[in-house]
Amino acid sequence: MENLSDILFEAQGITKKFGGVTALDNVNLKVHTGKVNVIVGENGAGKSTLMKILSGVYPDYEGKLLFNNEEVHFNNPKEAMQKGIAIIHQELNLIPYLTITQNIFLGREVRNAFGLLDSKLMRNKTKELLTRLNCDLNPSTLVSELRVGEQQLVEIAKALLGEAKVVIMDEPTSAISDSEVESLFKIIASLKEQNVAILYISHKLDELLLIADRFIGLRDGKMVGTIESSAEAKKDDLIRLMVGRDIKDVFQKEKVPFGEEVLRVEKMSLPRKFDKSSYVFKDIDFSVKKGEVLGIFGLMGAGRTELLETIFGLHPKVMSGTVYIENKEVKIRSVMDAIRNGMGLVPEDRKEDGLVLQMEITKNISMASVGQVVKNGLLSSKSEASLSKKYIEALKIKTPSEKQFAKNLSGGNQQKVVLAKWLATNPKVLFLDEPTRGIDVNAKNEIYHLINSLAKKGLGLVVVSSELPEILAIADRILVLSDTKINAEFNQENTNEELIMQAAIL
Amino acid sequence: MTNIKSTLLKFQSIIALVVLCVVLTLLSDKFLTPENGWNIMRQISINVCISVGMTLVILTKGIDLSVGSMLAFAGAITAGLLQNGIEIPSMNILLEFTVFGAIFAGLIVGGGLGTFNGWMITRFKVPPFVATLSMLTIARGATMLWTGGFPITGFGDTFAFIGTGWFLGIPMPVWIMAVVVAIAMVITRKTVFGRHIYAVGGNESAARLSGININKVKVWVYAIAGILSAVGGIILVSRLDSAQPNAGMSYELDSIAAVVIGGTSLSGGRGSITGTVQGALIIGVLNSGLVLLNVSPFWQQIIKGFVILLAVIMDRLNHPNED
Repeated sequence: MENLSDILFEAQGITKKFGGVTALDNVNLKVHTGKVNVIVGENGAGKSTLMKILSGVYPDYEGKLLFNNEEVHFNNPKEAMQKGIAIIHQELNLIPYLTITQNIFLGREVRNAFGLLDSKLMRNKTKELLTRLNCDLNPSTLVSELRVGEQQLVEIAKALLGEAKVVIMDEPTSAISDSEVESLFKIIASLKEQNVAILYISHKLDELLLIADRFIGLRDGKMVGTIESSAEAKKDDLIRLMVGRDIKDVFQKEKVPFGEEVLRVEKMSLPRKFDKSSYVFKDIDFSVKKGEVLGIFGLMGAGRTELLETIFGLHPKVMSGTVYIENKEVKIRSVMDAIRNGMGLVPEDRKEDGLVLQMEITKNISMASVGQVVKNGLLSSKSEASLSKKYIEALKIKTPSEKQFAKNLSGGNQQKVVLAKWLATNPKVLFLDEPTRGIDVNAKNEIYHLINSLAKKGLGLVVVSSELPEILAIADRILVLSDTKINAEFNQENTNEELIMQAAIL
Repeated sequence: MTNIKSTLLKFQSIIALVVLCVVLTLLSDKFLTPENGWNIMRQISINVCISVGMTLVILTKGIDLSVGSMLAFAGAITAGLLQNGIEIPSMNILLEFTVFGAIFAGLIVGGGLGTFNGWMITRFKVPPFVATLSMLTIARGATMLWTGGFPITGFGDTFAFIGTGWFLGIPMPVWIMAVVVAIAMVITRKTVFGRHIYAVGGNESAARLSGININKVKVWVYAIAGILSAVGGIILVSRLDSAQPNAGMSYELDSIAAVVIGGTSLSGGRGSITGTVQGALIIGVLNSGLVLLNVSPFWQQIIKGFVILLAVIMDRLNHPNED
C-alpha cells in the first residue's frame, strides 16, 4: 500500500529536549507527496516542536531528516524554504503596511538592469500566484486591509513563490470564518493536485475528517499511531489517538471536605474584540466552594484564559456578568478590586505576565501585597526578607538566597515564586492558568501537591488546564469550555479523558 | 576571579570617575583644588536635579525630552512673578509675590506641565518620546510668550542666595542637589511608590496583574520630572540673576547622558539614583578637566559623545541578554 517513491519528506528518530524536559522522543514521520498529512494530539504533545524542527526553526535535535531520500539539515527557516519546505504559522507573519506583492517578495526582491526594484515583474508574478489560488485580490493592496483569511492566502502564495513542495499549516482555521475555511480547503485540494504535500495541525476533528488523507497521532512527544486513510477514520478513533497520556509518578489527590461557597459567577460574557456581536464566551455560570479544586478544560482558543482574566477585572469595560465572593456581590472593575476581594491569578505565561525577571525573589513575592512589609511608611527589608523566606521554605523554592534574581530560577521554581506572590496576599480564591506549563515532571508533581494543600487550607481553587491527565488528577469537578459556553460538567469520579475530549471538540 | 570581575563591573562608573580624577590631577595642578571642586559640584547641581527626575521616568521605560523647556518656563514664571507680579486689569488688581510664593508657583507650573505629559502618555497612549517632544516646543513657546523674548533680570539678594549663597561652607545649589538626591534615594529604595516604578519598567504586564496602578505611577514620575526641572530652573535663574527665554536648551541631552552613563537601562526596570549622580559627576569632571587642559570646545563635544558610547557598550557587555 505504501509506495516508497511517494515519500517526499521523512523524519527519523527525532528527539528534542528543552533543559530536562523531553519534548519529542524518537519520532518517525513520513510525509507523502500530494497528501494531506494531519497531526493530531493534545496541547503540549509536541506538535509545534516537531513542525519547528521540520521547518528549520530549531536546528538542534537528535535524529535525521530526509528530503527525497537525501539527508538534510536546516540551520534556519530560510534553508528549509530553499529546499521547498514552508511553514504557515498560527500567527501570520506579514508586514501590515506593505502591499501583497511586497510581502510575497520580501527578502527575495527582483531587481532590474539598473539595480532598482522590478515592480512590474513582481506584481505580475504575484497576480499569477494569486490566480493559481483562485483569488482575485489586487496585488497592490496593503496587507493591513485584508481579512485574516485573505492574509493566510498571501502566506500560502509566499510559500508557493518559494516553489514549496511541503507546506506546513499550524492551526490555520483557528482565526478565520466558515466561508474562509471552505475556500482554504479548496486551495488545499488544488495544492494536492499540484503534488504539494501538506502537513496540517488542527484540533477541529470534523474539518479534519473532510480533508485529511492520513492521521498521525502524537502524545507526550511520541508517535502513538497512524490511520492511513480518512475513510477508515472515525471521530472516536481520532480521540483515542489524542488522549491516553500517562503521567509518571501518578499524583494521588487527597479528598478535602468542602466548606461554604467562596466564589460564584453569573452570566459572565465577553464579546470578541473586533466583532462585538459574537462572543469569546457567553453567560457562563459556575461556583467554587472552600477546599474545592474546580478544573476548567478547553482546547486552544476556547477562551479559558479570557474567562479567568474577565473575572479578575482585566476587561472591565466590555465584560458583563456578576461576581459573588462568599455570597456577597462584589464589583470588580480592576485587578486592585480583585485583590481586595481576595482573588489571585497565577497567569499562563509566568515570564511575560507573572514575574519581573530582573527583580529579586523577595521583591517578586511581595509585589502584590507590598503594604504588609511597610513599617512607618517605608519598606522594611527585614520584614520583606522574612516574608519571602517564609514562602521559600513553605513552597520549597530552590534558590541559594532570597536575593536571587527571578530570571536565574528554573521554570518550576519561578512558578512557585508566582504562587508565593499570591499566597502572600492571603487570597480566598486562587485562579491558576496552566500552572505546570513548561516545567519538568518533578516540579509538576510538587505543584499538584501544593494545590492540594491549599485546598486543605480552605482556599477555593480554579485551575485552567489543557492537559487532560493533569486536570483529571487534580480537579474535584471539571467544566468543559467549548463554543463560548460550558459544554459539560463532570465530577472527577465519573469521567475520563475521552468524555472530556468529546465535550471539548466542536 | 569572577567575583573580582563582577565587583569591578559593578563599580565601573566609580572606578572611571576615580581614574579620571587621578589623570586630571596629574595633568593639571588647577584640577584638585577646593575651588575647582565646588565649581564642578555647583555646575552639575542643575543637571543632577533634572537627571533624578529623568531617572525615574527612564526606569518606567519612558523618556522626557521636555525637561529643558520646562526648566526655562518654570524659571521664567518664578522670575516674572518676582519682578512684576500678576496684573488683573479688569479688576484693577496687582498681585505681588514673595520669594517663596514665586518659587512655589514655579514648582507648581513645572509639576503641572509634567502631569500633562503623564496624562497624554497614559490617557491617550501617546508614546513618551512624542508627548514630551511636543511639550519641548510647547513649553519653549510659552516661555517666549511669557517673557516677550527678552530676559527678565534683577531679583534682589534673598532670591540670589539660592543660586549663589553658601551655607555651612557649602554652596546652596549643592545643598538643594543633596536634598533632592537623598529624597529620591529613599523613594526608589524604601517606598512602595519606588518599588512600583521598578516593577512597571521591569514588566508592565506582571505589574498590572499584581494590582499596581500603572497609569498612576507613570503620571507621578512625569510630574516629578516636571517639578525637578522647575527646581533646576529656579537655581539657574537665581544664579544668573536672570531668566533667559532660551535657557535650558538641549539640557535633556546632558540629563539622558548622565542617566545612561550611570547605568540605568533605557529598556526600563534597572538603574539607580546613585548611578545617575555618578554619571553627572563624570560629565562634570570631564567638562571641567577639558577646559582646564585648554581642549577646544569642539573636541570636548566629540569626547563627550564617545564617553556616552563607551558607557553604553560597557553596560551592554554587563547585561548581554536585555534588548
